[in-house]
Amino acid sequence: MKADPKGVLTGNHYLDGDHACAEGAIAAGCRFLAGYPITPSTEVAERVAERFPRVGGIFIQMEDEMGSMAAVIGAAWGGVKSMTVTSGPGFSLMMENIGLAAMMEAPCVVINVQRGGPSTGLPTLPGQADMMQARWGSHGDYEIIALSPNSPQECFEVVIEAFNLSEKYRVPVLVMADECVGHMTEKVVIPKAEEIELYPRRYTKLPPNKYLPFKPGEDMVPEMIKAGDGYKIHVTGLTHDEKGYPVMSWEAQEKLVRRLVEKIRLNAEIVHVEEIDTEDAEVVVLSYGISSRVAIPAIKKARKEGIKAGQLRLVIVWPFPEEKVRELAKKINAFVVVEMNYGQMFYEVERCVAGDCKTILVPHGGGWVHDPEDIYKAIKEAVK
Amino acid sequence: MKAVETVPAPEVIEHPMESLLRMDRIPHIWCSTCGIGTALTSFAEALKRIDTPLEKVCVVSGIGCTGRVAGYVKLDSFHSTHGRAIPFATGLKLANPELKVVVFSGDGDIIGIGGNHFIHAARRNMDMVVICVNNFIYAMTGGQVAATTPLTANTSTSPYGNFEQPFNLPHLAASCGAVYVARWTALHVRRSAKSMAEALNKKGFSFIEIICPCSTLYARRNKLGDGLSLMKFYHDNSVIKHGADTRELDIEFQKKIIVGKFIDRERPTFLESYNNGLKQVLKDKFVPYGGAHAD
Repeated sequence: MKADPKGVLTGNHYLDGDHACAEGAIAAGCRFLAGYPITPSTEVAERVAERFPRVGGIFIQMEDEMGSMAAVIGAAWGGVKSMTVTSGPGFSLMMENIGLAAMMEAPCVVINVQRGGPSTGLPTLPGQADMMQARWGSHGDYEIIALSPNSPQECFEVVIEAFNLSEKYRVPVLVMADECVGHMTEKVVIPKAEEIELYPRRYTKLPPNKYLPFKPGEDMVPEMIKAGDGYKIHVTGLTHDEKGYPVMSWEAQEKLVRRLVEKIRLNAEIVHVEEIDTEDAEVVVLSYGISSRVAIPAIKKARKEGIKAGQLRLVIVWPFPEEKVRELAKKINAFVVVEMNYGQMFYEVERCVAGDCKTILVPHGGGWVHDPEDIYKAIKEAVK
Repeated sequence: MKAVETVPAPEVIEHPMESLLRMDRIPHIWCSTCGIGTALTSFAEALKRIDTPLEKVCVVSGIGCTGRVAGYVKLDSFHSTHGRAIPFATGLKLANPELKVVVFSGDGDIIGIGGNHFIHAARRNMDMVVICVNNFIYAMTGGQVAATTPLTANTSTSPYGNFEQPFNLPHLAASCGAVYVARWTALHVRRSAKSMAEALNKKGFSFIEIICPCSTLYARRNKLGDGLSLMKFYHDNSVIKHGADTRELDIEFQKKIIVGKFIDRERPTFLESYNNGLKQVLKDKFVPYGGAHAD
């Protein structure tokens, strides 16, 4: 289906990443946002609060992030595309209910404009240290999808992609932006509504007496209903059967949790990476978000000096593009991983490379971006 | 030979609550003499008396013994996380305003861990009915002290008695802006059903507290006898006082319990205020949320 023209501000804009996220959500058909103010993500909620009443949406500022995430799941089951937006401390508070969204298979989007941590850390300055929390933050086994934009333009696009993935796989999708991208102002081109493709909610056509709310289709994803349709279903965070009823047994656990994991993990098409000059590369810089842009001058400098350097940029960071990394590892000398933390996606790279090439981490504690010179030095080190 | 006389099949009489319960989930998990089933019976009775069609009534529960109610009602029902039933219900209601949303959960869930959501939903006058079964204890986890445990009562984590002042729930609800506030005990099945029906037929944030026996933990630890003794205690010690000043509704250990309907007033709901306020400011630029059926 195509986007509703009512919500699409077609044209050229000069926006920061946070505002572009808000426009992406509205273009994607999101009409419910429950959030709690937190720097550096507040501009998303502020823009939505201003825009929603003009496009038929509801914004509610909740009392905390636990309530925000719970309301987002309730709204998803109420039949509306819903989201919340936060940063590190709030993201931590949302974790339990992100697990609930995974368990209830509620399509929804969470934007985390990452700042420096741990704890209160650096509220106004960037970080990329919530990447593993995005993957593993809620207790138990489950899978999510996470994306990381590296420009305001991509904020707009990635949020739409996030909504589409959440509807297609019925999973919470996390947009892992960072303070630099969130507060960076650039040209954003918003296309015409008819050029924006949206994945519609997977509502069932079965009558109530034939419908089982958690019976998966061929792609392991069940069809949905919304509350009030007369199906009188039960939805729980407890381990449940296809009927949605709680079942306290290892067999039910195995069947349900395996499906929640495999509907994402076995789906080879959930990949979105960008490759620059990797065909002949001997060194590939792997990064995402703002770090991928900071790496560009270093890569250019290396190329100038005759080092065949390239870039693999993750747009979908979770699930991790294992095949792509394995394939490149067989052809290159080294991966240089640039991220604003002390090694998170780096260990995923090491795991997939499995000794096929060198892996070098260029860490950074957050608060400011890498010095491209440090990345350049790592590239030189890689070809030694 | 005489033909065998066919015995007519006995007339199958449907249980009066069968259409409202998930009979395929019975037997339930509650202990015998627990009051939650009684509160649920009152709720089922109330559902028969309301204007809203049942397919538009949703129940949201949190975690705990009463949190299991969502699993037994034959309605769209959601069993959410501990303390978050009210915000979950908030999302559900705002997404689809034609729903009648009921939060049915326990004191530990709604007031203990979820207290912040409770006061804010009441302040906003979020359109929902909150039924809080108060058994004075965290029962599902084995009888720990709660924000509602009366002073001196023994629990597994207050083995020498509770020395923290408990909440007065009707007063809390009323002070935060609830438009309907009532308290009954599990003994008052008809009165609580009437209150629930009134609340279900009313707009805004309604709160009903049901004092409920937990004979397995609370009564046993405090040597209060069995379920029947507790019901007898409610019978002898409940005082019906409609319109009572909510400041005077504290519950002391094994003392009189004041019950009744304390508050029944009108105030614009969250959505009414939201829509009217925006309409006034934005005029024809305001596009009201069309509900889940908009697209």
